[in-house]
Amino acid sequence: MSTILVAKEVTKQFGEHTALNNVSLEIPKNSIYGLLGPNGAGKTTLIRIINQITYPDKGAIFFEGEPLQPHHIAKIGYLPEERGLYKGMKVGEQCLYLAQLKGLSKTDAKQRLKYWFDKLDIGDWWNRKVQELSKGMAQKIQFIVTVLHQPKLLIFDEPFSGFDPINANIIKEEILLLKEEGASIIFSTHRMESVEELCEHIALIHKSEKILDGKLSDIKKSFKKNIFEMTLGTDNADFVNQELQAKFQILSSSYCTIEKELNFTILLPQNDSGEFFTYIASKARINRFVEQIPTVSDIFIQTIENKNNNA
Amino acid sequence: MHKLLLIIKREYLAKVRNKSFIIMTFLSPLLMVGMVLLIAYLVSLNESETRVITILNESQFFENDFKSTKGVSYLNFKNISLSAAKDSTASLGYYGLLYIPKEKSLKTVSKASYFYSKDGPNAEVIGTLEKAFQEKLLQEKLIDLGVSEQQFSEIGSRFEMHTESFSGEQNLKGITMIKAFIGGAFGYLIMMFIIIYGGFVMRSVIEEKTSRIIEVIISSVKPFQLMLGKILGTSLAGITQFAIWIVSASLLLLVVFLVFDVNVGMDYVDANMETMKNVSPLPASEEMIQLYITELLKINWGTLICFFIVYFMLGYLIYSSIYAAIGAAVDNETDTQQFILPIIMPLMLAIYVGFFSVFDNPHGPIAVGFSLFPLTSPIVMLMRLPSGIGEGGVPLWQVITSIVLLIVTFIGIVRLAAKIYRVGILMYGKKPSYKELYKWLKY
Repeated sequence: MSTILVAKEVTKQFGEHTALNNVSLEIPKNSIYGLLGPNGAGKTTLIRIINQITYPDKGAIFFEGEPLQPHHIAKIGYLPEERGLYKGMKVGEQCLYLAQLKGLSKTDAKQRLKYWFDKLDIGDWWNRKVQELSKGMAQKIQFIVTVLHQPKLLIFDEPFSGFDPINANIIKEEILLLKEEGASIIFSTHRMESVEELCEHIALIHKSEKILDGKLSDIKKSFKKNIFEMTLGTDNADFVNQELQAKFQILSSSYCTIEKELNFTILLPQNDSGEFFTYIASKARINRFVEQIPTVSDIFIQTIENKNNNA
Repeated sequence: MHKLLLIIKREYLAKVRNKSFIIMTFLSPLLMVGMVLLIAYLVSLNESETRVITILNESQFFENDFKSTKGVSYLNFKNISLSAAKDSTASLGYYGLLYIPKEKSLKTVSKASYFYSKDGPNAEVIGTLEKAFQEKLLQEKLIDLGVSEQQFSEIGSRFEMHTESFSGEQNLKGITMIKAFIGGAFGYLIMMFIIIYGGFVMRSVIEEKTSRIIEVIISSVKPFQLMLGKILGTSLAGITQFAIWIVSASLLLLVVFLVFDVNVGMDYVDANMETMKNVSPLPASEEMIQLYITELLKINWGTLICFFIVYFMLGYLIYSSIYAAIGAAVDNETDTQQFILPIIMPLMLAIYVGFFSVFDNPHGPIAVGFSLFPLTSPIVMLMRLPSGIGEGGVPLWQVITSIVLLIVTFIGIVRLAAKIYRVGILMYGKKPSYKELYKWLKY
């Protein structure tokens, strides 16, 4: 797996306060990387270090293998959480200015802006002043400005805040498309469901430290507890239930008399479901059988709680 | 470099296109000219007013001692009572009544004389009357002592000290003051520019913070570049505005003078020249004025303007970077007060020290001290410089020291300001204390 960005033992202090403590990350190329963590954990500080807005006290950042340097700015697109535009400036002029600051020539910038304005169907905004736009409209402009210079690495900090569901979906599609086209994306958010949908890798930062990272599917696997949900069709529910309770670890159970179904969750011993299946197949009909997979939200809360308990 | 130019261009255009900026640019010269016209009008009103004073003289003295002048004319009452004289003076609307009673001697007459008027009389009018009495008394005393009237009229000769410098050049009295005044005008210009456009820089930084665009920009350019671009862009806009003001105001004034034929200034000079001719037995005053003019032309204007530019640039950069740092540290303009005062203080100090100390003694210890101290030197040094560099003027070492100090301070302050700026622009929601600003320097 090749990486676009590597952070090595990055530490950053603000006076007495440690914002990042020995954080190392590897962001793979051409994937969406979720940077998660509660408020004040140090995500924004890390993102600012990647954008060379602030500098680490210790440790280093490597962009495509090279130590991070000012010229890399042109290869990074950053949509900050605290974002805005000059209110009194016209939309087109403002986009041109911001694009040129990223190193695009004026003609290039114009061409690409036209493409994006057409794509997001906002061509007639060019000569309007920003103060006439709604918040969602301004967000669209900011999104365009972030991706306009076709950066290899895109950093989105809470990209969906301020969007209505329809526009949020448009932006989500655009982000996925950018990934298809080869961009690597760091995605920082509190909204776990969007992480679930988009991210292939995640890292969890808590109290200035990285406490978890890796491929999302691997993490989920490691958080599985071998708990299954099962629905059995049986006329003899009481008896089955009693036997199950005696033989296996049943966490909860309920009986639905109308459907004649017994619902229960069961903790199966690792690598040993054979005994259970041979038993259950002889007793009842299996209507449903699902493994309980933890959501990102569960993992998030559980990891942080564990961390707090251990500390 | 390319990015810096982009920022300067944007800041300049944003400022110049601003509606209130445009309005102020074109309205201010009109206001200025309007004010000059108003003052001229008021002065001319005052001048054209003639006060009529009635005199009821019952004594044998003061036959022709009150001569009408431009502002005051006299009217004599004869053979009426004091109360009748008072009544008619009041009913005719005249300025006042001078009553000189009948007494034995001039001394007792003088003591018993009164001036009646509607309300407190003008000091100038009273002065004129008093002078007439004093002269009469003096004359009488001298005649008593055996001085004839002819001799008396020859007494009033005036004397004026001739001055020369050690190297033999003729010194003109008051020329140091005039020179300091010219320098003071330059210094004042710098102060005004710093206060007006430094404030603009600060507001534009605050605007970037409140609109939250700052982090977007800062991910493309270095904070220092942005700060510098802002300062330069705003000052270019300021220079544009100043240039428009100066050109349009002088054109307007010219037009106004031509059209309305307002020649207050000329009148004043003429009048002064006449009085000077009358009172002074010294070389004719025109020659004198010529001397002043040549002396002023002798000021090395080229050097002066060069130094003005140097001190202006350095002074403005120092102060406006402090303004930028303040703008970065706060969230809104109301929080800036506690930080602004310490900036304005040295500027005010410079102006006042300049006017009170440099005018009197341009090369005294106070003037030297303040013209070396970097926060006041741009203003105070400019007040001293019109008297030249080297002998008779500002010693060369002082000029060099002050510029070196200014450059060192400039580098130091801009670096500190840039640090505060860098941290401050990303801090939202709280008003920092001085202690916190100090902490930011170490981030």
